[in-house]
Amino acid sequence: MAKDEFQSRQFKVVGTRVPRPDGVDKVTGRARYGADITAPGMLTGLCLRSPHAHARIRSIDTSAAEAMKGVKAVVTRADFDVTPESSGNRDVLDNVMAGDKALYDGHTVAAVAATSRSVARAALKAIKVDYEVLPHVTDVDEAMKPDAPVLHEGRQQESVPEGYSQNVLARSQYGHGDVDKGFEEADIVIERHFTTAATHQGYIEPHACLATMGGDGKADLWCCTQGHYHVRDTCAELLGMDTGQLKVTSSEIGGGFGGKTTVFLEPVALMLSRKSGKPVKMTMSREEVLRASGPTASTSVSIKIGARKDGRITAGWGDFRYQNGAFEAMNGALGAMCGFAPYDLENVRTTGWEVVTNRPKAAAYRAPGAPMAAFAVESVVDELAGELGMDPIDFRLMNAADEGTKAAYGPTYPAIGLKSVLEAAKDHPHWNTPLEGENRGRGFAVGFWFNFGGNTSVSLMINGDGTVSLSEGNPDIGGSRASMSMMAAEELGIPYEHVRCVIADTASLGQNDITDGSRVTFAVGLATIKAARHAIDIMKARAARIWGIDEEAVEWVDGAAQPAGPNAGKFEPMTLKEIAALASKTGGPIAGHFEVNAEGAGVSFGAHIADTEVDPETGAVKVLRYTVFQDAGKAVHPDYVEGQMQGGAVQGIGWALNEEYIYGEDGILQNPGYLDYRIPVASDLPMIDTKILEIPNPGHPYGVRGVGETGIVPPLATLANAVSRAAGVRMTSLPMSPPKLLAAIKAAKG
Amino acid sequence: MRFEAPTSPEDAASLLAATDNARVLAGGTDLLVRLRAGQVEPEMIVDIKRIAGIDAITSEDGGWRIGAGVSCAAMGEHDALGADYPGVVEGAELIGSTQVQGRCTMIGNLCNAGPAADSVPAMVAAGAIAHVVGPKGTREAPVFEIPVSPGKTSLAKGEFIASVYLPPRGARGGDAYLRFIPRTEMDIAAVGCAVNLSLADDGTVEKASVVLGAVGPKVIEAAEAAAALIGTTCDDTALAACAEAATAAATPIDDKRGTVEFRKDVTGVLARRAARIAYTRAKGETS
Amino acid sequence: MSRIHVTTTINGDETEYLCEPQDTLLDVLRDELDLTGSKEGCASGDCGACSVMLDGRLVCSCLVLGAEAEGRAVETIEGMASGEELHPLQQAFIDKAALQCGICTPGILVAAKDLLERNPDPTEEEVRYWLAGNLCRCTGYDKIIRAVLDTAADMRGAA
Repeated sequence: MAKDEFQSRQFKVVGTRVPRPDGVDKVTGRARYGADITAPGMLTGLCLRSPHAHARIRSIDTSAAEAMKGVKAVVTRADFDVTPESSGNRDVLDNVMAGDKALYDGHTVAAVAATSRSVARAALKAIKVDYEVLPHVTDVDEAMKPDAPVLHEGRQQESVPEGYSQNVLARSQYGHGDVDKGFEEADIVIERHFTTAATHQGYIEPHACLATMGGDGKADLWCCTQGHYHVRDTCAELLGMDTGQLKVTSSEIGGGFGGKTTVFLEPVALMLSRKSGKPVKMTMSREEVLRASGPTASTSVSIKIGARKDGRITAGWGDFRYQNGAFEAMNGALGAMCGFAPYDLENVRTTGWEVVTNRPKAAAYRAPGAPMAAFAVESVVDELAGELGMDPIDFRLMNAADEGTKAAYGPTYPAIGLKSVLEAAKDHPHWNTPLEGENRGRGFAVGFWFNFGGNTSVSLMINGDGTVSLSEGNPDIGGSRASMSMMAAEELGIPYEHVRCVIADTASLGQNDITDGSRVTFAVGLATIKAARHAIDIMKARAARIWGIDEEAVEWVDGAAQPAGPNAGKFEPMTLKEIAALASKTGGPIAGHFEVNAEGAGVSFGAHIADTEVDPETGAVKVLRYTVFQDAGKAVHPDYVEGQMQGGAVQGIGWALNEEYIYGEDGILQNPGYLDYRIPVASDLPMIDTKILEIPNPGHPYGVRGVGETGIVPPLATLANAVSRAAGVRMTSLPMSPPKLLAAIKAAKG
Repeated sequence: MRFEAPTSPEDAASLLAATDNARVLAGGTDLLVRLRAGQVEPEMIVDIKRIAGIDAITSEDGGWRIGAGVSCAAMGEHDALGADYPGVVEGAELIGSTQVQGRCTMIGNLCNAGPAADSVPAMVAAGAIAHVVGPKGTREAPVFEIPVSPGKTSLAKGEFIASVYLPPRGARGGDAYLRFIPRTEMDIAAVGCAVNLSLADDGTVEKASVVLGAVGPKVIEAAEAAAALIGTTCDDTALAACAEAATAAATPIDDKRGTVEFRKDVTGVLARRAARIAYTRAKGETS
Repeated sequence: MSRIHVTTTINGDETEYLCEPQDTLLDVLRDELDLTGSKEGCASGDCGACSVMLDGRLVCSCLVLGAEAEGRAVETIEGMASGEELHPLQQAFIDKAALQCGICTPGILVAAKDLLERNPDPTEEEVRYWLAGNLCRCTGYDKIIRAVLDTAADMRGAA
């Protein structure tokens, strides 16, 4: 696909703030989410979970549970008689149903399906598991030591040097230039060590699914997921089924943020349905979500940056040690790639480490790996600016990446919006209003995310009455039906209200990758535009046929076919509606479609400003004011772009201040509930002001860039910089919870 | 499991006495969470909210009687109660969200015997008396004596608390409750502190009570912290002495909600701040 | 296990159901009556997604037993609109993009409606504290708070 796809144009629909098509369903309670689906004769499925952080499973006795009245199926690992081809699906299987070892507190070891929840609960208690408890490790730095308890033998990649535990699965390195020479050229060098706690996406809707499998081996699955094609492909392999025999339909989804790019309950529900011959519904409790879905990595990061007195950075070095839970993931590599991405550096070197521990496997969480890296790098950048006596924005502008910069992670940037974002922040009233009052501090930081394209299929039908039915294959997690309808309407030249977008099941469209990487508005939008253009080509051909002229002599203007010029012939324009009405007489139904593995997603940068106030006697932090600046390429629906920026910022505020996975010495999660896993509540926050920048992405017809993830990258550092200034002590460990902050304040006072 | 909703206190007591593993249901904001989590599996749940008059706040001999079925929201809406005991009411009103407020009760909060119960320190500071109904009749007991240790009360089998009595406020009295939580709402207190004061004619503190929550296995009466305020106008020196004594009286643990050092420090801070508010209120000034 | 027969009023209609003693009102609404607009986000009263009105009080239906609803009046999100006509708050949430995934929306609407009926002119701080028990993870609350404040102003203007 051409990288210079973007063409400047005047938009009629794109950029407006139309009501979303699923709005009425969602404000009346009619919308059906994962747990809202039912089937006749449905059973309730529940999981038995390991109470140990690390244990060998000697045996499981399910006989008493199976004998109970109302129990229709019991499943253990022995029922999954497959050996997945890829290491990825091997890990998924080991995660959804433990094999010879339970690897974390909450790891599923068995499951039951019964006629009611109370019977199912009683059945779980009747299952006897003989565990041999093993030593465990939950901390990343501990897990890397050569004498740490080992989760998996023989999985270490060759990239890992000698001297590390087998828990260190991989090492990856990035950068260019000569950092030693760069540090020698520096007038000032700052090196710091940072830690961040694991956090959870915190979506309000727990994982849920309903599976039904007949004796003929055909199965249907309804679930809340960010990618039902992915669920289908994974489940089919784990159940030993042909992919085409499993149809997956995505329900409405109650938040995901990366946490529902996963498979947990679905293969278990299918297996329970296969064994019982009945539909099985499974829903996680909040405790199960926190113990056994996919939180983020916790991290330990070292950063060293050198600069000259004139403000030019001479070298950047970073070591990113990420704990990914019990299975392989690549968060450390992503951190190592993203940390220095905003800067134009001659000398940069980063290393990412992937470490397994006795915790649930880390899943994506909105720009996975990047916020912790930005926290570390942007904290040192902030400190350097302070030491050099430079304004934090000016210091970043002096070192900012731009078009043509060789990025720290390798590629050379096309047109990017970082400098525009920085300048917008510098000109904003927030930055230019002095922050007065005691114990107050302002923080600033920038953030980067790659964005993604990926496999996408869209179908667009022109109905007989001139309306349009649009099918896409990615769950609508925050307004994408609206933005797809807008792009279809824009391209076709018809009113927004004439388009209805639905989310198709896996049998109805070609492959669609998971809703991740901020890819949907970019890639599905691109495919929608191309599908509309395909339909337009057909409609132009139909008009040409009616008029008896060449197809090339017809053009599409404002929702109608018309002769391309005076030489093409003299005909009144035919509207989409008129062409649609004649479709059966001119060649049959009219539909456009488009399939692509989209490239050219276009990276995105953001910058945040926060004002905070610290209570020096208690360590409590109040966020007084917050502003987000972000490059959206082109904001298709500005309300929902702002919403992504605001939501990401607030998740980052939670991460910075109070959210954390707390494990006890016993390796058991201490806070598996919303009471003590403290996500921000409405009264914790001010309004979150937003400023959308639009630096067109050359790789999209309308210039769209993904916006979903970048918003969570800067806030950790923004808050750390603000709180450090307010408290008079540099905070290098997240969350900056009151006990930690108060201890730091006391230590600084001596 | 059985569900019963008796309409008289006697029926409630006999139901509770006749069953080995019965639980009283008032607001249910704690019991239902434990039920769902499988932490309790009672044979019987006795809903006391259908007992006549149990949802009443009544003036009695110059003080206030608050029934076991009174939601904390209803306490917050009772202007006269709030005027006499703003600290008791603010303790009750800090429990949970708006939704929880609509259900939770101060007496339920007391009977859970949670060390961090928000409504208990101010009740104890006020000298509140629990009216206990049991199979052998009724008895009165100081609220301070109800919780014994985390999750355990001094109530005998079959007994439940039908109401709590707050003694007459009297002239020149005031109370306050403050707690520390990491967020602005929805957390369990890491530290709680209630202060109840009565002033002499000259504006000095005549009687004082300082009661701490969440820094011991049950509420702590910090007598030395209270003594530091007696005879003073809650000036900075007195407040500093009160804070220091409160910190010394706290015996907290390290857990997911705070460290020992943090809790002891914040205990002093809250004692100082609460005493200042209580003093302002006792003087009849707005705070 | 013997089930309890309950007669109650839901969204103005007399309703009967059978429930187990430990079933919550939320279980009954969702599993017995198919009123799935009330959501289970935590089952511990911490998220507010199951908010309903019980005899005029805003409560979490996960913290009420089904058996307790005998003779009471329950109002859920399903009763908020009058036929096709949305409540002004519902319309405002659509118009002002005050929802993203929408899972918390029913609970927030029930809670916000109760607020505006008690206090037609709340401050931003009052709205934020009133809704502190309604977790939203998508929006950062900004557009929700604005929608409630704007609706309050509109309703005052219309009154």
